[in-house]
Amino acid sequence: MSEALALNLLLFLPVIGGVLLLALPERRADLVRGLAMVVLLAQLALAAWLYLRFQAGVPGLQFETRLPWIPAWGVHYHIALDGLNLLLVLLTAFLGPLVVAGAFTSITKDVKLFHGMVMFIQFTMLGTFLAQDLFLFYVFWEAMLIPMFLMIGIWGGERRIYATLKFFLYTAFGSILMLAAIIYLAHTVLSADGTPSFAFADLYELGLGVQVQTLLLAAFALSFAIKVPMVPLHTWLPDAHVEAPTAGSVILAGVLLKMGTYGFLKLGFPLFPDAALLATPLIMTLAVISIIYGAGLALVQDDIKKIIAYSSVSHLGYVMLGLVTYNLLGVQGAIIQMVSHGLVAGGLFLMVGMIYERCHSRDLADYGGLAKLLPAYSVFFMILTLAAIGLPTTSGFTGEFLVLLGAFHAAWPQFEQGVSYPLVLASLAVLGIVLGALYMLRLARRLLFGEARAPVAGLRDLSLREMGILGVLVVAVFYIGLFPNDFLQKTEQAAMEYQERILAVRDGEVER
Amino acid sequence: MNGLLTLLVLLPLAGFLVNGLFGRRLGPAFVNIVGVGLPLAAFAVAVWAWRILEAGGGEPLIETVFTWALVGEHVFEVSFYLDRLSAVMALIVTGVGALIHIYSIGYMKGDESYARYFAYLNLFLFFMLLLVLGRSLLVLFVGWEGVGLASYLLIGFWFQDVDKARAGRKAFITNRVGDAGFLLGMFLIFTTVGTLEMDQINQAFAGGLIPVGIATAAGILLFIGATGKSAQIPLHVWLPDAMAGPTPVSALIHAATMVTAGIYLVARMSGVYLEAPAASTLIAVIGLLTAFLAATIALVQTDIKKVLAYSTISQLGFMFLALGVGAYAVAVFHLFTHAFFKAALFLGAGSVIHALNGEQDIRRMGGLAHRIPWTSGTFLVATAAIAGLPPLAGFFSKDEILWFALASGQGGSFWFWLLGSVTAFLTALYMFRLYWLVFLGRSRMAPEVAAHVHESPWPMTSVLVVLALFSVVAGWFALPQYLAPLLPAPDLRFAWPILHWGLIVFAVLVAVAGLVAAGVLYGDGGRRAEAIERRFARLYRVLAGKYFVDEIYERLLQRPWRWISDRVFLRLGDRILLDGSLHGLAALARRGAGVLVRIETGSLHWYAWMILLGLVAVLIWVWRYV
Amino acid sequence: MDDTTFLLALSGMLFALGLVGVIVRRNLLVTLMFLELMLNGVILSLVVFTQLLGAEAGAVLVLLVFVVAAAEIAIAVPILLLLVRAGHTLDPGAYAGLKG
Repeated sequence: MSEALALNLLLFLPVIGGVLLLALPERRADLVRGLAMVVLLAQLALAAWLYLRFQAGVPGLQFETRLPWIPAWGVHYHIALDGLNLLLVLLTAFLGPLVVAGAFTSITKDVKLFHGMVMFIQFTMLGTFLAQDLFLFYVFWEAMLIPMFLMIGIWGGERRIYATLKFFLYTAFGSILMLAAIIYLAHTVLSADGTPSFAFADLYELGLGVQVQTLLLAAFALSFAIKVPMVPLHTWLPDAHVEAPTAGSVILAGVLLKMGTYGFLKLGFPLFPDAALLATPLIMTLAVISIIYGAGLALVQDDIKKIIAYSSVSHLGYVMLGLVTYNLLGVQGAIIQMVSHGLVAGGLFLMVGMIYERCHSRDLADYGGLAKLLPAYSVFFMILTLAAIGLPTTSGFTGEFLVLLGAFHAAWPQFEQGVSYPLVLASLAVLGIVLGALYMLRLARRLLFGEARAPVAGLRDLSLREMGILGVLVVAVFYIGLFPNDFLQKTEQAAMEYQERILAVRDGEVER
Repeated sequence: MNGLLTLLVLLPLAGFLVNGLFGRRLGPAFVNIVGVGLPLAAFAVAVWAWRILEAGGGEPLIETVFTWALVGEHVFEVSFYLDRLSAVMALIVTGVGALIHIYSIGYMKGDESYARYFAYLNLFLFFMLLLVLGRSLLVLFVGWEGVGLASYLLIGFWFQDVDKARAGRKAFITNRVGDAGFLLGMFLIFTTVGTLEMDQINQAFAGGLIPVGIATAAGILLFIGATGKSAQIPLHVWLPDAMAGPTPVSALIHAATMVTAGIYLVARMSGVYLEAPAASTLIAVIGLLTAFLAATIALVQTDIKKVLAYSTISQLGFMFLALGVGAYAVAVFHLFTHAFFKAALFLGAGSVIHALNGEQDIRRMGGLAHRIPWTSGTFLVATAAIAGLPPLAGFFSKDEILWFALASGQGGSFWFWLLGSVTAFLTALYMFRLYWLVFLGRSRMAPEVAAHVHESPWPMTSVLVVLALFSVVAGWFALPQYLAPLLPAPDLRFAWPILHWGLIVFAVLVAVAGLVAAGVLYGDGGRRAEAIERRFARLYRVLAGKYFVDEIYERLLQRPWRWISDRVFLRLGDRILLDGSLHGLAALARRGAGVLVRIETGSLHWYAWMILLGLVAVLIWVWRYV
Repeated sequence: MDDTTFLLALSGMLFALGLVGVIVRRNLLVTLMFLELMLNGVILSLVVFTQLLGAEAGAVLVLLVFVVAAAEIAIAVPILLLLVRAGHTLDPGAYAGLKG
């Protein structure tokens, strides 16, 4: 099978699976789950195969498919893999089966619809990452909202309606501004034969004026920043996470948030390099604020899910910091941190789900000494906690180390000419590792250590299924922590192109 | 012999995995074989590697294992490096480590988490070896954080006690603050030198290519990391609390090995510090201050382990003093001797606690010398060693430190020597105070405790004997000369041998004076000491309160941060400002809609009128503008 | 005045009469009847213009309007019937269910 065909299959497999799902009888929930697992595992296999076939060091896109879709508007169905979306696609495919496996016992009503939603989300998320045409990208970006909205709204907790409306409206608001910007862009681009074009390749070569760029970047950035989420646009996240069902939280934290950072990486900054350079101090400041503010908020929560939600704000601050360093260290670190956070936060949410299934409480005050009651659970929880803290040998360290080093590296030249604001920011970001340890270890201590206490007696430790899910996650976390080089080699070319596109403007190689 | 260093590092890791996964099921005998056998094997490998090193004339052995990351032109490799300095460290770590593993067989017998204990201990050994054998700062940092993790797990080993769990967390966080400084130092070096391989860094700095300001900044930042790990002011607060862990852990991690990582780091990066006199002076000052203040606190502690904890902090301060005046090899020498007698002291304390069924308060001890002779004898030897009585180990190493504190051409000063000597006096004083109150005089034990006093089992006492033996002879190894090719002694300000001999005599007198003073003050069960305590009650309270550093941190750092996070970030920021504006917008939309909805009256009549009006308006508009 | 003017005026008056009736009368059935009157006024004017301009399209349009009017009555009257069966009155003021 050719790789391009495999890529299309990868994208549409969930759709096929979803349709097949609908044909199954509702009362045979086991069949529904089984089919979903099979489909998503097949998707994972495809993704893994494509990852192995991906060639490092080759510039541009690989495994492309480009078919005209709406010729009059210059819209194409254009998907491909490159270093930027490769790992995110792999992450999405990896988390899919884990999400379904995790939901085996917790989702019991409307099982068919639920799994259909999961399929739909996989489809839209992969589409967003794979799209190389702006129109296509936007369609997938918006489409993702629907299944997420339903997932939170139907299977969520008590305040689910509030949470899902907040999530939907907040995100949609940003997207509308982005739509306006997209329409403007499409009209400005003229490809070789004089028709408007939405292809990324054409958009990169635009050469717009700085003012225009700034406005457009603002529109795009608003939408992406809400998704990341960056402070101060983050308040939808804690509510969404707390009220969402476990599977929803895992998908949200694992993949959805990365769509925002991916948007910056693939579109926001490279499309508007002059504006990006101007905006760098602002974004850097917001990133560091996110790191510290998120850490502070996580420290004073008593709802376990809220703690992890705010930790996401903090961790993704590192990603944003890495993206604006415009050097390989920071950018590669940001990419790794994206993947690492997806695994670690996803894992932590899965674990919260497991304990919630048993005890129906997310309140930290209800728990204590779980290391005694649930030893296997505690081991995995401790490992994921350490990964979240960024302990060396875990993926969290790889990401944070490279990002911080990159930030320092980028800030240093300015320091040699006098006081450097970026250096101050970089130093504050390093302080973030202390704050991160503070709230995570507080969580660990309250949950696992001290006097044994739980809302329900006779707790069962992890089942084989649960151990399998967590085991796979932990192995991935350590693998990226110990042997990240294989991943780094594959993403390096695209990271370099990103860097060059933006720095070319600064170093005067391109006339604007 | 390629792969030897890698093998050395991996042996304890294997022990961790095997005991961690299967130990519980396979029983204590199996755990012993794996958990103790592998460290012993590691020691054997370390000796073997050392012999290869010596056979090659001290030429460093380098093993590159794999490339961790290749980012652009930046290469991050995992490689191991064995020279005389790391060989000494590795031998201490595996040697003393193995001994403490043996001791633990006796001490932890019957504990329900026996396998977990040995697994964690092996994990620690793995990370510590990474730390001392790593060629680059990155590998060292992996080991650095890893031992912090092991320490966290072992301090909070009996985690069902909330205080113990809290102590573990405190250690980790305090270390982390130091680690932040370490990271910044690493970044600075990487950005200016271009590599993290320590041997290459030293060469770059020695070559004079790097400006002094950078060397100073890097030196200070790395030292911040060292203060965290080696419990110096201001990051020393975790060590006394770390005594919550099992006593062998205190001996291994918080006396002989992990806390010495900071010393090792500075010694290893001597190339940087030689070019940064300001940073070196800072190290010397902080080291000396820490040594002195910790000694004063040790004087009034009543928990046997806490006395030893503060003693460790104090001795580490001495080592930093040596580092600060350029006497790197001497600092390592003291590290070497200290490992033996401090481990002996801690394990001896463990033996006492074991004998007294958990009692740790020295006010409820006394008269134990005859009842637990082996413990008492070894403890006495170790006490004499730390006090600096010749010809025991501590005398040699401490004396060298004091000499260089005075005479070193790289920062030596009379005041360093003076305060150092005062601290040495205090050291002898509080150590012999400890010995007297615990082992001599009348028994102040509770009757039930006194009845069951028994000597410890052979795994424990044999180790005590071995360590005591080394506490005697360790000083006779001429370590500074051995390390001289790597870490030359600093030039002297004045090289009068007679001054040196005079100092030695003075030091011995100081030690004896401490011994005598201890006898006077505490010989009668501490009554004279208590009288003095009452006279200087306020001073006593400050000392007993450890200068209230913990309380200051709580007030100045922890509470404000929590307050800001709660009041400013959460309530003001998130709830009032951010969500508030959101909800405000929503309310606005709702109110607007409420106004507009009045058009929908539900009355057909009204609708008809509206249609008519609209139609008329459109017609007029068309008439006028089209 | 000639025939064209007279017929157009007639159609305009029919329309106006119908409009007034729709607005003024407070009886649903009668309102419907006046609505028909308006439609007939429009149809008349369409016929006049078709004859005047000779456009066949006009004739088609007339037939179209007839059919639409008939269909509209066929649907509106049963709706009215059901409404009145529930509400028991022909006064439009009683039916404000679409309010807000």
